[in-house]
Amino acid sequence: MNWELMNESWPELLAAVPVTLTLAASSLFLGFFLALGISLMRVSKIWIFSNFAYFFVYLFRSTPLLVQIFLIYYGSGQFRDFFESIGLWVFFREAWFCAILSLTLNTAAYSSEIIRGGIQSVPFGQIEAAKAVGMSKFLLFRRITFPVAIRQALPGYGNEIILMVKATSLASTITLLEITGVAKKIISATWSPIEIFVIAGIFYLVINFIVTRIIQSLEIRLSPQLFRDRKSWWQSLTQNGKRTVGTQQTFR
Amino acid sequence: MNLSLLVWGDAGWGDELFFGALMTIAVAAASYFLGILFGIGFAAMKLSRHPSLHIIADIYTTVIRGIPELLIIYLVFFSGGNLLRIIAKGVFGYGEFIDLPIFVTGMLCIGLSAGAYATEVIRGAVLAVPVGQIEAARAIGMSKTKRFYRILVPQVARYALPGLGNVWQLTLKETSLISVIGLVEIMRQASIGSGSTKEPFTFYFAALLLYLVLTSFSNRGFLWAEVRANRGVREV
Repeated sequence: MNWELMNESWPELLAAVPVTLTLAASSLFLGFFLALGISLMRVSKIWIFSNFAYFFVYLFRSTPLLVQIFLIYYGSGQFRDFFESIGLWVFFREAWFCAILSLTLNTAAYSSEIIRGGIQSVPFGQIEAAKAVGMSKFLLFRRITFPVAIRQALPGYGNEIILMVKATSLASTITLLEITGVAKKIISATWSPIEIFVIAGIFYLVINFIVTRIIQSLEIRLSPQLFRDRKSWWQSLTQNGKRTVGTQQTFR
Repeated sequence: MNLSLLVWGDAGWGDELFFGALMTIAVAAASYFLGILFGIGFAAMKLSRHPSLHIIADIYTTVIRGIPELLIIYLVFFSGGNLLRIIAKGVFGYGEFIDLPIFVTGMLCIGLSAGAYATEVIRGAVLAVPVGQIEAARAIGMSKTKRFYRILVPQVARYALPGLGNVWQLTLKETSLISVIGLVEIMRQASIGSGSTKEPFTFYFAALLLYLVLTSFSNRGFLWAEVRANRGVREV
Protein backbone atom coordinates (compact mmCIF):
# COMPACT_ATOMS: atom_id res chain seq x y z
CA MET A 1 0.00 0.00 0.00
CA ASN A 2 1.29 3.38 -1.02
CA TRP A 3 -0.05 5.59 1.77
CA GLU A 4 1.49 8.71 0.37
CA LEU A 5 -0.38 8.33 -2.90
CA MET A 6 -3.61 7.63 -1.04
CA ASN A 7 -3.07 10.74 1.01
CA GLU A 8 -2.46 12.77 -2.12
CA SER A 9 -5.34 11.50 -4.18
CA TRP A 10 -8.30 11.36 -1.82
CA PRO A 11 -9.11 15.09 -2.09
CA GLU A 12 -9.31 14.77 -5.86
CA LEU A 13 -11.68 11.81 -5.55
CA LEU A 14 -13.71 13.59 -2.88
CA ALA A 15 -14.13 16.51 -5.25
CA ALA A 16 -15.78 14.10 -7.70
CA VAL A 17 -18.40 12.98 -5.15
CA PRO A 18 -20.72 15.94 -5.88
CA VAL A 19 -20.69 15.03 -9.59
CA THR A 20 -21.82 11.49 -8.79
CA LEU A 21 -24.43 12.77 -6.37
CA THR A 22 -25.74 15.39 -8.82
CA LEU A 23 -26.07 12.82 -11.59
CA ALA A 24 -27.82 10.33 -9.32
CA ALA A 25 -30.08 12.86 -7.61
CA SER A 26 -31.23 14.69 -10.72
CA SER A 27 -31.93 11.55 -12.71
CA LEU A 28 -33.70 9.94 -9.74
CA PHE A 29 -35.81 13.06 -9.21
CA LEU A 30 -36.84 13.36 -12.85
CA GLY A 31 -37.09 9.59 -13.23
CA PHE A 32 -39.48 9.28 -10.31
CA PHE A 33 -42.11 11.49 -11.89
CA LEU A 34 -41.68 9.83 -15.25
CA ALA A 35 -41.97 6.44 -13.54
CA LEU A 36 -45.15 7.50 -11.80
CA GLY A 37 -46.64 8.47 -15.15
CA ILE A 38 -45.51 5.28 -16.82
CA SER A 39 -46.79 3.05 -14.06
CA LEU A 40 -50.17 4.77 -14.25
CA MET A 41 -50.17 4.21 -18.01
CA ARG A 42 -49.20 0.60 -17.43
CA VAL A 43 -52.16 -0.08 -15.14
CA SER A 44 -54.55 1.98 -17.25
CA LYS A 45 -57.33 0.23 -19.10
CA ILE A 46 -56.73 2.10 -22.34
CA TRP A 47 -54.70 -0.39 -24.36
CA ILE A 48 -52.59 2.14 -26.24
CA PHE A 49 -51.30 3.58 -22.97
CA SER A 50 -50.62 0.25 -21.33
CA ASN A 51 -48.96 -1.13 -24.44
CA PHE A 52 -46.76 1.89 -24.82
CA ALA A 53 -45.71 1.68 -21.17
CA TYR A 54 -45.05 -2.04 -21.51
CA PHE A 55 -42.89 -1.47 -24.58
CA PHE A 56 -40.94 1.37 -22.94
CA VAL A 57 -40.22 -0.70 -19.83
CA TYR A 58 -39.33 -3.76 -21.87
CA LEU A 59 -36.93 -1.84 -24.09
CA PHE A 60 -35.06 -0.13 -21.27
CA ARG A 61 -34.94 -3.10 -18.93
CA SER A 62 -33.65 -5.62 -21.44
CA THR A 63 -30.78 -3.61 -22.89
CA PRO A 64 -27.60 -2.51 -21.13
CA LEU A 65 -27.45 1.05 -19.83
CA LEU A 66 -24.16 1.52 -21.67
CA VAL A 67 -25.90 1.01 -25.02
CA GLN A 68 -28.57 3.52 -24.04
CA ILE A 69 -25.99 6.11 -23.03
CA PHE A 70 -23.93 5.64 -26.21
CA LEU A 71 -27.03 5.65 -28.37
CA ILE A 72 -28.10 9.00 -26.96
CA TYR A 73 -24.67 10.65 -26.71
CA TYR A 74 -22.86 9.34 -29.80
CA GLY A 75 -25.95 8.33 -31.76
CA SER A 76 -27.44 11.80 -31.66
CA GLY A 77 -24.36 13.05 -33.53
CA GLN A 78 -25.51 11.19 -36.61
CA PHE A 79 -28.61 13.36 -36.75
CA ARG A 80 -26.84 16.58 -35.94
CA ASP A 81 -28.43 18.53 -38.77
CA PHE A 82 -31.87 17.49 -37.68
CA PHE A 83 -31.24 18.41 -34.05
CA GLU A 84 -29.74 21.73 -35.11
CA SER A 85 -32.75 22.50 -37.23
CA ILE A 86 -35.13 22.00 -34.31
CA GLY A 87 -32.75 23.75 -31.94
CA LEU A 88 -32.05 20.81 -29.64
CA TRP A 89 -28.42 20.30 -30.57
CA VAL A 90 -27.26 22.56 -27.73
CA PHE A 91 -28.61 19.90 -25.36
CA PHE A 92 -27.49 16.78 -27.17
CA ARG A 93 -23.90 17.92 -27.59
CA GLU A 94 -23.59 18.18 -23.79
CA ALA A 95 -22.40 15.00 -22.08
CA TRP A 96 -24.21 16.13 -18.92
CA PHE A 97 -27.55 16.34 -20.67
CA CYS A 98 -27.12 12.97 -22.39
CA ALA A 99 -26.01 11.25 -19.20
CA ILE A 100 -28.93 12.58 -17.18
CA LEU A 101 -31.40 11.86 -20.01
CA SER A 102 -30.33 8.23 -20.35
CA LEU A 103 -30.10 7.66 -16.60
CA THR A 104 -33.55 9.23 -16.16
CA LEU A 105 -35.15 7.05 -18.84
CA ASN A 106 -33.44 3.98 -17.44
CA THR A 107 -34.44 4.54 -13.83
CA ALA A 108 -37.96 5.47 -14.94
CA ALA A 109 -38.34 2.07 -16.59
CA TYR A 110 -37.10 0.17 -13.56
CA SER A 111 -38.92 2.20 -10.92
CA SER A 112 -42.20 2.22 -12.83
CA GLU A 113 -42.31 -1.55 -12.36
CA ILE A 114 -41.62 -1.11 -8.63
CA ILE A 115 -44.37 1.49 -8.34
CA ARG A 116 -46.74 -0.65 -10.41
CA GLY A 117 -46.18 -3.48 -7.95
CA GLY A 118 -47.12 -1.05 -5.17
CA ILE A 119 -50.22 0.21 -6.97
CA GLN A 120 -51.44 -3.30 -7.68
CA SER A 121 -50.94 -4.34 -4.07
CA VAL A 122 -53.47 -1.77 -2.84
CA PRO A 123 -56.37 -3.84 -1.48
CA PHE A 124 -59.37 -3.50 -3.72
CA GLY A 125 -61.69 -3.09 -0.75
CA GLN A 126 -59.98 0.19 0.12
CA ILE A 127 -60.54 1.54 -3.37
CA GLU A 128 -64.16 0.40 -3.29
CA ALA A 129 -64.65 2.06 0.08
CA ALA A 130 -63.16 5.30 -1.27
CA LYS A 131 -65.49 5.14 -4.26
CA ALA A 132 -68.40 4.44 -1.94
CA VAL A 133 -67.78 7.60 0.06
CA GLY A 134 -67.76 9.50 -3.21
CA MET A 135 -64.10 10.38 -3.68
CA SER A 136 -63.17 11.71 -7.09
CA LYS A 137 -60.61 9.78 -9.11
CA PHE A 138 -57.84 12.23 -8.34
CA LEU A 139 -58.64 12.40 -4.63
CA LEU A 140 -58.79 8.62 -4.52
CA PHE A 141 -55.33 8.42 -6.04
CA ARG A 142 -53.90 11.10 -3.78
CA ARG A 143 -55.43 9.86 -0.53
CA ILE A 144 -55.65 6.08 -0.97
CA THR A 145 -53.73 4.56 -3.86
CA PHE A 146 -50.59 6.66 -3.76
CA PRO A 147 -49.87 6.58 -0.01
CA VAL A 148 -50.44 2.82 0.22
CA ALA A 149 -48.52 2.08 -2.97
CA ILE A 150 -45.54 4.19 -2.00
CA ARG A 151 -45.19 2.39 1.33
CA GLN A 152 -45.30 -0.94 -0.43
CA ALA A 153 -42.77 0.16 -3.05
CA LEU A 154 -40.28 1.85 -0.75
CA PRO A 155 -37.89 -1.07 -0.05
CA GLY A 156 -37.66 -1.88 -3.76
CA TYR A 157 -37.15 1.77 -4.58
CA GLY A 158 -34.30 1.92 -2.08
CA ASN A 159 -32.54 -0.80 -4.06
CA GLU A 160 -33.15 1.17 -7.22
CA ILE A 161 -31.52 4.26 -5.69
CA ILE A 162 -28.39 2.24 -4.91
CA LEU A 163 -28.37 0.79 -8.41
CA MET A 164 -28.59 4.32 -9.78
CA VAL A 165 -25.68 5.53 -7.65
CA LYS A 166 -23.70 2.66 -9.14
CA ALA A 167 -25.00 3.35 -12.63
CA THR A 168 -23.68 6.93 -12.59
CA SER A 169 -20.23 5.38 -13.00
CA LEU A 170 -21.12 4.76 -16.65
CA ALA A 171 -21.21 8.52 -17.20
CA SER A 172 -17.41 8.35 -17.08
CA THR A 173 -17.50 6.61 -20.46
CA ILE A 174 -18.88 9.79 -22.03
CA THR A 175 -16.21 12.07 -20.57
CA LEU A 176 -17.92 13.06 -17.31
CA LEU A 177 -15.47 12.97 -14.44
CA GLU A 178 -17.40 11.48 -11.54
CA ILE A 179 -15.82 9.20 -8.94
CA THR A 180 -15.09 6.27 -11.26
CA GLY A 181 -13.89 8.58 -14.03
CA VAL A 182 -11.47 10.37 -11.72
CA ALA A 183 -10.35 7.05 -10.25
CA LYS A 184 -9.56 5.72 -13.71
CA LYS A 185 -7.69 8.90 -14.57
CA ILE A 186 -5.51 8.64 -11.47
CA ILE A 187 -4.99 4.90 -11.93
CA SER A 188 -3.76 5.28 -15.48
CA ALA A 189 -1.44 8.10 -14.42
CA THR A 190 0.04 6.43 -11.33
CA TRP A 191 -0.52 2.76 -12.16
CA SER A 192 -1.45 1.89 -8.59
CA PRO A 193 -5.03 0.62 -8.91
CA ILE A 194 -5.50 -0.91 -5.48
CA GLU A 195 -4.94 2.27 -3.47
CA ILE A 196 -7.27 4.33 -5.64
CA PHE A 197 -9.84 1.56 -5.75
CA VAL A 198 -9.93 1.43 -1.95
CA ILE A 199 -10.61 5.15 -1.64
CA ALA A 200 -13.19 5.30 -4.44
CA GLY A 201 -14.83 2.14 -3.12
CA ILE A 202 -15.10 3.62 0.37
CA PHE A 203 -16.80 6.72 -1.06
CA TYR A 204 -19.36 4.59 -2.88
CA LEU A 205 -19.97 2.40 0.16
CA VAL A 206 -20.46 5.43 2.40
CA ILE A 207 -22.94 6.97 -0.05
CA ASN A 208 -24.87 3.73 -0.30
CA PHE A 209 -24.79 3.19 3.45
CA ILE A 210 -26.32 6.61 4.01
CA VAL A 211 -28.96 5.95 1.33
CA THR A 212 -29.99 2.65 2.92
CA ARG A 213 -30.24 4.29 6.33
CA ILE A 214 -32.38 7.12 5.02
CA ILE A 215 -34.70 4.69 3.25
CA GLN A 216 -34.93 2.51 6.31
CA SER A 217 -35.82 5.37 8.60
CA LEU A 218 -38.35 6.59 6.04
CA GLU A 219 -39.87 3.11 5.99
CA ILE A 220 -40.16 3.13 9.77
CA ARG A 221 -41.64 6.62 9.73
CA LEU A 222 -44.21 5.77 7.07
CA SER A 223 -45.31 2.41 8.40
CA PRO A 224 -44.36 2.23 12.07
CA GLN A 225 -46.85 -0.58 12.68
CA LEU A 226 -44.48 -2.95 10.89
CA PHE A 227 -41.55 -2.01 13.09
CA ARG A 228 -43.14 -2.05 16.52
CA ASP A 229 -40.70 -4.50 18.02
CA ARG A 230 -37.67 -3.30 16.16
CA LYS A 231 -35.48 -0.48 17.28
CA SER A 232 -34.21 1.80 14.56
CA TRP A 233 -30.53 2.32 14.25
CA TRP A 234 -30.83 5.94 15.25
CA GLN A 235 -33.05 5.24 18.22
CA SER A 236 -30.80 2.57 19.59
CA LEU A 237 -28.10 5.21 19.60
CA THR A 238 -30.14 8.03 21.07
CA GLN A 239 -32.86 6.92 23.42
CA ASN A 240 -31.91 3.58 24.87
CA GLY A 241 -34.73 2.03 22.97
CA LYS A 242 -37.93 2.70 24.90
CA ARG A 243 -40.22 3.31 21.99
CA THR A 244 -43.82 4.16 22.53
CA VAL A 245 -46.11 3.07 19.78
CA GLY A 246 -49.05 5.00 18.52
CA THR A 247 -48.38 8.40 20.04
CA GLN A 248 -47.04 10.53 17.22
CA GLN A 249 -47.80 8.36 14.22
CA THR A 250 -50.75 10.12 12.71
CA PHE A 251 -50.31 10.88 9.02
CA ARG A 252 -51.71 13.89 7.39
CA MET B 1 -29.12 5.96 -41.53
CA ASN B 2 -27.46 3.59 -43.96
CA LEU B 3 -28.72 0.09 -43.26
CA SER B 4 -26.54 -1.47 -45.97
CA LEU B 5 -23.69 -1.09 -43.47
CA LEU B 6 -25.17 -3.97 -41.54
CA VAL B 7 -25.15 -6.60 -44.30
CA TRP B 8 -23.24 -9.85 -43.98
CA GLY B 9 -19.81 -10.19 -45.57
CA ASP B 10 -16.89 -7.93 -46.43
CA ALA B 11 -19.06 -5.02 -47.48
CA GLY B 12 -20.97 -4.75 -44.22
CA TRP B 13 -20.61 -5.23 -40.51
CA GLY B 14 -23.27 -7.88 -40.06
CA ASP B 15 -20.86 -10.77 -39.60
CA GLU B 16 -18.62 -8.75 -37.26
CA LEU B 17 -21.58 -7.88 -35.07
CA PHE B 18 -22.73 -11.49 -35.15
CA PHE B 19 -19.36 -12.72 -33.90
CA GLY B 20 -19.44 -9.95 -31.33
CA ALA B 21 -22.74 -11.36 -30.14
CA LEU B 22 -21.19 -14.82 -29.89
CA MET B 23 -18.40 -13.33 -27.78
CA THR B 24 -21.00 -11.65 -25.55
CA ILE B 25 -22.74 -14.99 -25.08
CA ALA B 26 -19.45 -16.75 -24.36
CA VAL B 27 -18.24 -14.24 -21.78
CA ALA B 28 -21.69 -13.99 -20.20
CA ALA B 29 -21.97 -17.77 -19.90
CA ALA B 30 -18.48 -18.09 -18.41
CA SER B 31 -19.11 -15.28 -15.91
CA TYR B 32 -22.52 -16.70 -15.03
CA PHE B 33 -21.03 -20.11 -14.33
CA LEU B 34 -18.30 -18.52 -12.20
CA GLY B 35 -20.91 -16.37 -10.47
CA ILE B 36 -22.99 -19.40 -9.54
CA LEU B 37 -19.90 -21.12 -8.14
CA PHE B 38 -19.17 -18.00 -6.06
CA GLY B 39 -22.83 -17.87 -5.11
CA ILE B 40 -22.87 -21.46 -3.85
CA GLY B 41 -19.65 -20.96 -1.90
CA PHE B 42 -20.62 -17.70 -0.25
CA ALA B 43 -24.19 -18.83 0.40
CA ALA B 44 -22.74 -21.84 2.25
CA MET B 45 -20.59 -19.41 4.24
CA LYS B 46 -23.56 -17.21 5.04
CA LEU B 47 -25.54 -20.22 6.24
CA SER B 48 -22.70 -21.69 8.29
CA ARG B 49 -22.56 -21.42 12.05
CA HIS B 50 -19.08 -19.93 12.12
CA PRO B 51 -19.34 -16.18 12.65
CA SER B 52 -16.05 -15.49 10.88
CA LEU B 53 -17.22 -17.16 7.65
CA HIS B 54 -20.48 -15.27 7.95
CA ILE B 55 -18.65 -11.96 8.23
CA ILE B 56 -16.43 -12.69 5.22
CA ALA B 57 -19.47 -13.51 3.07
CA ASP B 58 -21.30 -10.42 4.34
CA ILE B 59 -18.36 -8.20 3.44
CA TYR B 60 -18.19 -9.78 -0.01
CA THR B 61 -21.84 -9.18 -0.85
CA THR B 62 -21.96 -5.70 0.68
CA VAL B 63 -18.83 -4.47 -1.06
CA ILE B 64 -19.57 -5.99 -4.45
CA ARG B 65 -23.18 -4.84 -4.46
CA GLY B 66 -22.28 -1.35 -3.26
CA ILE B 67 -19.49 -0.56 -5.72
CA PRO B 68 -19.95 0.04 -9.45
CA GLU B 69 -18.94 -2.87 -11.68
CA LEU B 70 -16.96 -0.46 -13.84
CA LEU B 71 -14.68 0.36 -10.91
CA ILE B 72 -14.14 -3.34 -10.24
CA ILE B 73 -13.31 -3.88 -13.91
CA TYR B 74 -10.72 -1.11 -13.79
CA LEU B 75 -9.23 -2.58 -10.61
CA VAL B 76 -8.84 -6.07 -12.04
CA PHE B 77 -7.75 -4.77 -15.44
CA PHE B 78 -4.99 -2.58 -14.06
CA SER B 79 -3.85 -4.82 -11.23
CA GLY B 80 -4.46 -8.32 -12.62
CA GLY B 81 -1.26 -8.46 -14.67
CA ASN B 82 0.80 -7.16 -11.77
CA LEU B 83 -0.65 -9.68 -9.37
CA LEU B 84 -0.09 -12.49 -11.84
CA ARG B 85 3.53 -11.34 -12.29
CA ILE B 86 4.14 -11.37 -8.54
CA ILE B 87 2.67 -14.86 -8.25
CA ALA B 88 4.61 -16.11 -11.29
CA LYS B 89 7.83 -14.67 -9.94
CA GLY B 90 7.33 -15.98 -6.42
CA VAL B 91 6.14 -19.45 -7.35
CA PHE B 92 7.80 -20.25 -10.67
CA GLY B 93 10.65 -17.74 -10.76
CA TYR B 94 9.26 -16.44 -14.06
CA GLY B 95 10.12 -12.77 -14.40
CA GLU B 96 8.76 -11.92 -17.85
CA PHE B 97 5.87 -9.62 -18.48
CA ILE B 98 2.54 -11.43 -18.51
CA ASP B 99 -0.89 -10.01 -18.93
CA LEU B 100 -4.19 -11.47 -17.88
CA PRO B 101 -6.21 -12.13 -21.07
CA ILE B 102 -9.06 -9.63 -21.39
CA PHE B 103 -11.59 -12.45 -21.54
CA VAL B 104 -10.40 -13.76 -18.17
CA THR B 105 -10.36 -10.27 -16.65
CA GLY B 106 -13.90 -9.65 -17.80
CA MET B 107 -15.07 -13.05 -16.69
CA LEU B 108 -13.58 -12.53 -13.22
CA CYS B 109 -15.16 -9.10 -12.76
CA ILE B 110 -18.61 -9.94 -14.02
CA GLY B 111 -18.45 -13.32 -12.26
CA LEU B 112 -17.60 -11.61 -8.96
CA SER B 113 -20.51 -9.24 -9.30
CA ALA B 114 -22.94 -11.95 -10.43
CA GLY B 115 -21.74 -14.06 -7.52
CA ALA B 116 -22.83 -11.45 -4.99
CA TYR B 117 -26.38 -11.46 -6.36
CA ALA B 118 -26.40 -15.25 -6.76
CA THR B 119 -25.32 -15.62 -3.12
CA GLU B 120 -28.49 -13.95 -1.91
CA VAL B 121 -30.68 -15.92 -4.33
CA ILE B 122 -29.21 -19.28 -3.29
CA ARG B 123 -29.27 -18.42 0.39
CA GLY B 124 -32.94 -17.55 0.13
CA ALA B 125 -33.64 -20.77 -1.77
CA VAL B 126 -31.91 -22.89 0.88
CA LEU B 127 -33.89 -21.18 3.62
CA ALA B 128 -37.09 -21.87 1.69
CA VAL B 129 -36.66 -25.64 2.04
CA PRO B 130 -38.86 -26.70 4.98
CA VAL B 131 -36.82 -27.86 7.98
CA GLY B 132 -39.26 -30.70 8.50
CA GLN B 133 -38.08 -32.37 5.31
CA ILE B 134 -34.47 -32.40 6.47
CA GLU B 135 -35.60 -33.75 9.83
CA ALA B 136 -37.65 -36.44 8.10
CA ALA B 137 -34.68 -37.42 5.94
CA ARG B 138 -32.55 -37.64 9.03
CA ALA B 139 -35.20 -39.67 10.79
CA ILE B 140 -35.24 -42.37 8.10
CA GLY B 141 -31.46 -42.55 8.36
CA MET B 142 -30.19 -40.72 5.29
CA SER B 143 -26.54 -39.85 5.45
CA LYS B 144 -25.44 -36.23 5.24
CA THR B 145 -24.42 -36.44 1.57
CA LYS B 146 -27.60 -38.23 0.64
CA ARG B 147 -29.67 -35.58 2.41
CA PHE B 148 -27.77 -32.97 0.46
CA TYR B 149 -28.22 -34.55 -2.97
CA ARG B 150 -31.69 -36.01 -2.56
CA ILE B 151 -33.50 -33.39 -0.49
CA LEU B 152 -31.66 -30.10 -0.56
CA VAL B 153 -30.21 -29.76 -4.08
CA PRO B 154 -33.34 -30.56 -6.14
CA GLN B 155 -35.50 -28.17 -4.16
CA VAL B 156 -32.94 -25.39 -3.88
CA ALA B 157 -32.44 -25.55 -7.65
CA ARG B 158 -36.18 -25.16 -8.16
CA TYR B 159 -36.59 -22.31 -5.70
CA ALA B 160 -33.51 -20.51 -6.98
CA LEU B 161 -34.42 -20.72 -10.67
CA PRO B 162 -36.42 -17.48 -11.02
CA GLY B 163 -33.80 -15.51 -9.08
CA LEU B 164 -30.98 -17.05 -11.07
CA GLY B 165 -32.83 -16.09 -14.24
CA ASN B 166 -32.69 -12.47 -13.09
CA VAL B 167 -28.99 -12.85 -12.33
CA TRP B 168 -28.46 -14.13 -15.88
CA GLN B 169 -30.19 -11.08 -17.37
CA LEU B 170 -28.03 -8.86 -15.19
CA THR B 171 -24.87 -10.71 -16.22
CA LEU B 172 -25.73 -10.52 -19.90
CA LYS B 173 -26.22 -6.77 -19.68
CA GLU B 174 -23.14 -6.21 -17.55
CA THR B 175 -20.88 -7.85 -20.13
CA SER B 176 -21.30 -4.68 -22.19
CA LEU B 177 -19.02 -2.99 -19.63
CA ILE B 178 -16.10 -5.23 -20.60
CA SER B 179 -15.97 -3.35 -23.89
CA VAL B 180 -14.25 -0.47 -22.06
CA ILE B 181 -11.16 -2.63 -21.55
CA GLY B 182 -11.19 -3.84 -25.13
CA LEU B 183 -12.90 -7.21 -25.35
CA VAL B 184 -14.44 -7.33 -28.82
CA GLU B 185 -18.05 -8.14 -28.03
CA ILE B 186 -21.22 -6.43 -29.25
CA MET B 187 -20.50 -3.01 -27.75
CA ARG B 188 -16.87 -2.90 -28.78
CA GLN B 189 -17.68 -4.04 -32.29
CA ALA B 190 -20.36 -1.35 -32.51
CA SER B 191 -17.85 1.27 -31.36
CA ILE B 192 -15.31 0.13 -33.94
CA GLY B 193 -17.97 0.16 -36.63
CA SER B 194 -19.30 3.58 -35.73
CA GLY B 195 -15.76 4.95 -35.51
CA SER B 196 -14.89 3.93 -39.03
CA THR B 197 -18.20 4.72 -40.73
CA LYS B 198 -19.25 7.83 -38.78
CA GLU B 199 -22.71 6.33 -38.29
CA PRO B 200 -22.85 5.77 -34.53
CA PHE B 201 -26.63 5.60 -34.32
CA THR B 202 -26.87 2.79 -36.85
CA PHE B 203 -24.36 0.68 -34.98
CA TYR B 204 -25.50 1.32 -31.44
CA PHE B 205 -29.06 0.73 -32.52
CA ALA B 206 -28.00 -2.60 -34.02
CA ALA B 207 -26.26 -3.39 -30.70
CA LEU B 208 -29.44 -2.48 -28.85
CA LEU B 209 -31.45 -4.86 -31.01
CA LEU B 210 -28.91 -7.65 -30.53
CA TYR B 211 -29.11 -7.30 -26.75
CA LEU B 212 -32.89 -7.19 -26.98
CA VAL B 213 -32.88 -10.46 -28.91
CA LEU B 214 -30.45 -12.11 -26.49
CA THR B 215 -32.36 -11.09 -23.35
CA SER B 216 -35.75 -11.95 -24.86
CA PHE B 217 -34.69 -15.42 -25.92
CA SER B 218 -32.92 -16.25 -22.69
CA ASN B 219 -35.92 -14.96 -20.76
CA ARG B 220 -38.09 -17.39 -22.71
CA GLY B 221 -35.62 -20.14 -21.90
CA PHE B 222 -35.76 -19.45 -18.19
CA LEU B 223 -39.55 -19.31 -18.20
CA TRP B 224 -39.60 -22.68 -19.95
CA ALA B 225 -37.13 -24.09 -17.42
CA GLU B 226 -39.29 -22.80 -14.59
CA VAL B 227 -42.39 -24.48 -15.97
CA ARG B 228 -40.43 -27.70 -16.42
CA ALA B 229 -38.92 -27.58 -12.96
CA ASN B 230 -42.34 -27.04 -11.39
CA ARG B 231 -44.21 -29.69 -13.37
CA GLY B 232 -44.42 -32.01 -10.38
CA VAL B 233 -45.52 -29.33 -7.96
CA ARG B 234 -49.14 -28.90 -7.03
CA GLU B 235 -50.36 -25.39 -7.67
CA VAL B 236 -52.09 -23.72 -4.80
